[in-house]
Amino acid sequence: MSKIEITPEVIAEHGLSEGEYEIICDRLGRAPNITELGIFSVMWSEHCSYKSSRRHLKKMLTKGKRVIQGPGENAGVIDIDDGDAIVFKMESHNHPSYIEPFQGAATGVGGIMRDVFTMGARPIANLNALRFGEPAHPKTKSLVAGVVHGIGAYGNCVGVPTVGGETNFHRGYNENILVNAMCVGHAKQDKVFYSAAKGVGNPIFYVGSKTGRDGIHGATMASAEFDDDSESKRPTVQVGDPFTEKLLIEACMELMATDAIIAIQDMGAAGLTSSSIEMADKGGVGVKMYLDKVPQRETGMTPYEMMLSESQERMLMVLQPGKEHIAIEIFEKWDLDVAEVGVTTDTGHLVLIHKGKTVCDIPIAPLGDDAPNLDRPYDPPKQLDTLYHDQIMDPITRGTSYNDVIKTLITSPDIASKRWIWEQYDRSVMGDTVSSSNSGGDAAIVRIHGTNKAVAITTDCTPRYVAANAFEGGKQAVVETYRNLCSVGAEPIAITDCLNFGNPERKQVMGQFVRAIEGIDAACRALDYPVVSGNVSLYNETNGQAIPPTPAIGGVGLIKNLERYATLKGAKQGEHLVLLGKTDGWLGASLYAQLILGHEKSDTAMYAPPPVDLEAEKAAGTYVRRLIRDRRVSSVHDVSDGGLALAAIEMAFANGLGFELKGSADLPLYAWLFGEDQGRYLVSVEENSLNPVISTARTLNIPAQKVGTVGGSRLIATGGFDLSLEDTHMEYENWLPNYMAD
Amino acid sequence: MQSAVIVFPASNCDRDAATALEKVTGRKPLMVWHAETTLPKVDFVVIPGGFSYGDYLRSGAIAARSPIVRDIIKKAENGLPVAGFCNGFQILTEAGLLPGALMRNKGLRFICRPQKLHITNGDTMFTRAYKNTSEVTYPIAHFDGNYYADDDTLKELRKSGRIVFKYIDNPNGSLNDIAGICNAAGNVLGMMPHPERAVDPLHGGTDGIDLFKSILEAVR
Repeated sequence: MSKIEITPEVIAEHGLSEGEYEIICDRLGRAPNITELGIFSVMWSEHCSYKSSRRHLKKMLTKGKRVIQGPGENAGVIDIDDGDAIVFKMESHNHPSYIEPFQGAATGVGGIMRDVFTMGARPIANLNALRFGEPAHPKTKSLVAGVVHGIGAYGNCVGVPTVGGETNFHRGYNENILVNAMCVGHAKQDKVFYSAAKGVGNPIFYVGSKTGRDGIHGATMASAEFDDDSESKRPTVQVGDPFTEKLLIEACMELMATDAIIAIQDMGAAGLTSSSIEMADKGGVGVKMYLDKVPQRETGMTPYEMMLSESQERMLMVLQPGKEHIAIEIFEKWDLDVAEVGVTTDTGHLVLIHKGKTVCDIPIAPLGDDAPNLDRPYDPPKQLDTLYHDQIMDPITRGTSYNDVIKTLITSPDIASKRWIWEQYDRSVMGDTVSSSNSGGDAAIVRIHGTNKAVAITTDCTPRYVAANAFEGGKQAVVETYRNLCSVGAEPIAITDCLNFGNPERKQVMGQFVRAIEGIDAACRALDYPVVSGNVSLYNETNGQAIPPTPAIGGVGLIKNLERYATLKGAKQGEHLVLLGKTDGWLGASLYAQLILGHEKSDTAMYAPPPVDLEAEKAAGTYVRRLIRDRRVSSVHDVSDGGLALAAIEMAFANGLGFELKGSADLPLYAWLFGEDQGRYLVSVEENSLNPVISTARTLNIPAQKVGTVGGSRLIATGGFDLSLEDTHMEYENWLPNYMAD
Repeated sequence: MQSAVIVFPASNCDRDAATALEKVTGRKPLMVWHAETTLPKVDFVVIPGGFSYGDYLRSGAIAARSPIVRDIIKKAENGLPVAGFCNGFQILTEAGLLPGALMRNKGLRFICRPQKLHITNGDTMFTRAYKNTSEVTYPIAHFDGNYYADDDTLKELRKSGRIVFKYIDNPNGSLNDIAGICNAAGNVLGMMPHPERAVDPLHGGTDGIDLFKSILEAVR
C-alpha cells in the first residue's frame, strides 16, 4: 500500500486541494506517503477540521457561571451543584443514516454516548432530533422504520433511556434525512476525564472492539455532497454493536473509579487517527504507535486502513505507568480487547511502526494549526415581508371551517402523535425518568440517581422559521429550548448545537449558516445560556438542492427540587386557562400559513417568521418558573407550532379534559388561535390563583389574560371550533401508525 | 431479607432491581457476577432485565448457560425463591426453570409503555400482599415478550394456577395473554413486565411495591 503513487487524482480523491497538498509537502519537507496523505485528508476534512465553520463558531458565548468545560472536548460539562456535573452533546449522523438507516442511526447513538462516557459520565438519557422527507416520498417510510429501529436497538440494549426528541417531515429532506442524537450523562465533578495526553513516556492503550475495514473514509463521506451514486457507498457505513458498548461503559466506569487514567478519548470519525492526534495535540506531546499491536478483526490490514478505520466501540487511553495491570484486569473481566499500542514521546511527531518499518512520521502541530480555516464568501439572506391579517381571509370565507382547520393541523405529520416512534424506545430503564415523550411535549425530566433533583432536557428547531429568516430562526431555536425547560420548572443552564446546513460553497447557504449562528449567539447572550458543545454538518443536499437550514438545539436545565416541577398534566375540571406573553396574531411562516394558506407551495419561504423579543422571553420564562415554584399553576405548556389552539389541544390530550377558549376582540379569531407569537405560555390555574397570577404578571410587564376554562369532553373555541376530545385525540394518535402500516 | 441480583454482561436493569429491593426490604442486595460458581447465602434472587450477551443467539440463551445459573437451578429446585423480570424471564425459560419460550412480539417492534395487568393468582409468594386489587400497572419494555407453550403445558399452567399475571389488552401476541408464570412449586416467577420499575411515585407508579413485600413476608 505504501507503494501507491501520490498522483493528482489520488490527492483529489482524498478531498484535498492543490494548495492544501502543497502545505503538506512544505511541512514535511517531502511528499507524503499514502498513509500520511490519508491522515492529513481526514484531519483536514470538513467533519474533523470545521474548516468552513471554525471562524464563525469562535464568536459564540461558551462561558457561564455553571460551565465547567465548553466546546473543544468530547462533550460539554456543566455544574449542577453538590459536586455533580452533567456532560452532554448532540451530534449528527445524517449521511450514514440515509445510506443505511438502521446502522447509521444506531452508530450515531453509540458514538454520542461514547463522547459522554469518555469524560467519566454515566449516560442517563438519550434524545434524538429527526427530519425525514415528505411522507409521500417513496423512501420516507422505510427510512423512518430503519432509523427508529436503529436508535431503539442501540439505546435499549445499552440500557440508557431514550426520553425525548422531535420529528419533522419535509420534502427538503427527501434525499438527505437528518439524524441528530443527543446524550446526557452524569459524573461527579472531581471525576471528569479529559483527552490531554500530558507527560512523556506514558503507555497508550487501545480498548474495546477490534479494528476492521468498516467505515474507512466515513469522515470524508460525511463532508461530500450526495449524488445518485451514494447508495453504492454502503460499505463505508460502520456497524454498531451495542452489547460491546454496554461492556465498554461498565469497564470504563470501573477503571475511572481508580486513578490509572491520564487521558482518554473515544475513536469516532477518523478513528485511531483523530483520537491519537487530538490527545497528543492537547497534551503537547508526540505519539509513537506500533500498529501490529492493534487488535484486528481482519487479516492483512494496511497502516492506511488501520488508521482510517471507523470500527465502533473503541477507545484510546493514556495510563499512569505502573497501573497498566489495573486496566488489563478490568477489560479482561469484561471480555474486551485491551492492548498497549504505543507511548507518548517528546518528539511532537506522530510516528507509526508497522512490520518493523516506520510508515508514518509527521509533525502533529500542523495537523491542527495549519488546518484550513476558510473565510467563505456569503450572501446575507434577504428580508421577507410581514404578513398582515388583512391579507388573509377567515377560514369560513375561504370555504372551510375551524373544525376542518384543527383536523388538518393535528393530523399533519409534524404535529401528529409520535407514539409509534417513542414506544419503540425504552424510556424507563435506570429508574429515574420522571417525564418523557409520553407527557406530550416540552422537556423530559430525568432524576439524578439517589437525589431529589433532576435535569430537564429538550431538543428544538423550527426549520421553516430559519428558512424564512436565519437570524430570527436561530434565535427562536434557542428560545424554544429555553421555554420548554422553563415550562417544566427547570433553570435553563446551557445548550449543545447541531448545525445542519447545505453546501457552504454556495453563498446563500453560507449566509444562512452565518446568520443562524449570530441568531443563536444573540439568544445565548441575552439569556445567559451558553453553548458548551456541538457539531456542524454541512453538505446536506442532494443534486444541488440544500436541505432547509436546521440548527437543532439541545437544551439542559436543572430542577433543584422534584417537589416543584410541572408538565402538561395536572389541569383539573373548572380551572382557568391563562395565556402569558404578548399576542399579536403573527401568522407569517406559521404552521397555519404552511398548511392552511398554502404558503409553502413554492420552495422558498414567503413571509417573515415571528420575531423573538429576548428580554420578553427572559421575563416570561423567569415568571413561569416562579409560578411553578410557588405552586400557583397546575399545568404548563409553551405555545409554539399551531399557536394557542394547538397548545390548548395538546394540554387537553395530556389531561383527558376538554376546554372552552374565548377569543379577544382585538384580533381576528384565526390570528388569535393560530398566531405563533413567541415568548408565550399557557397555564392552568385554580380559581383562587387566577387574579394573583394575572396581576403579578402585569406588575412585571408580562401580558397575561384569561383565555378559557378547563373541563368537559369537548374542545371549543367560541365562534370557531367545537370538536369531540376523544375523536380528535384518536385522529391525532392514528396518523403515524396508519401511515407506517400502509 | 438478604437478596441477590445477578449481573450478566449487558444486564441493564440490575440497578433498577437493586434500587427496588433496597427500597422495600431496607437492605442492599448482593450483586453477583455471572462468572461466580456459587450463589452466596441469600433468601431471594432476582434475575434482572436487560440484553444479556446482547440477545445474541436467542434472548437469554447464553446467560442460561453461565456458571452462576447452574447453581441457581440447583438451589431453586430446593425451594430458593427466584424471580426473573423481562430478560430474566427469558433466561429462566432458557434455563428450564420455567416452561415455554418468549418469541418476538407479534407487531415485530420493541414496545415500551405502562401496561395494565390482571393478577390471575393472588395466592403466590409473589402476589399475596396485593390484598385489595387484582389489577396493576407496570412498565413493559421488550422485543421478545410473546409467550408460547405447547397445549399440554398451557393446560397444566392453567389447571394448577401457575399463570400469575395476564395482560389487559395483550401488547405482544402472548398465548392466552400470559405476562407471568411460576413453577409448579411456586418459588420461581418469570414475567415480562417490570415491577422493579414501579416502586416510586415519580417513576412508573408504585404498583410494584407489593410484589416485593409479598416476597419479604414469605421468606420472613
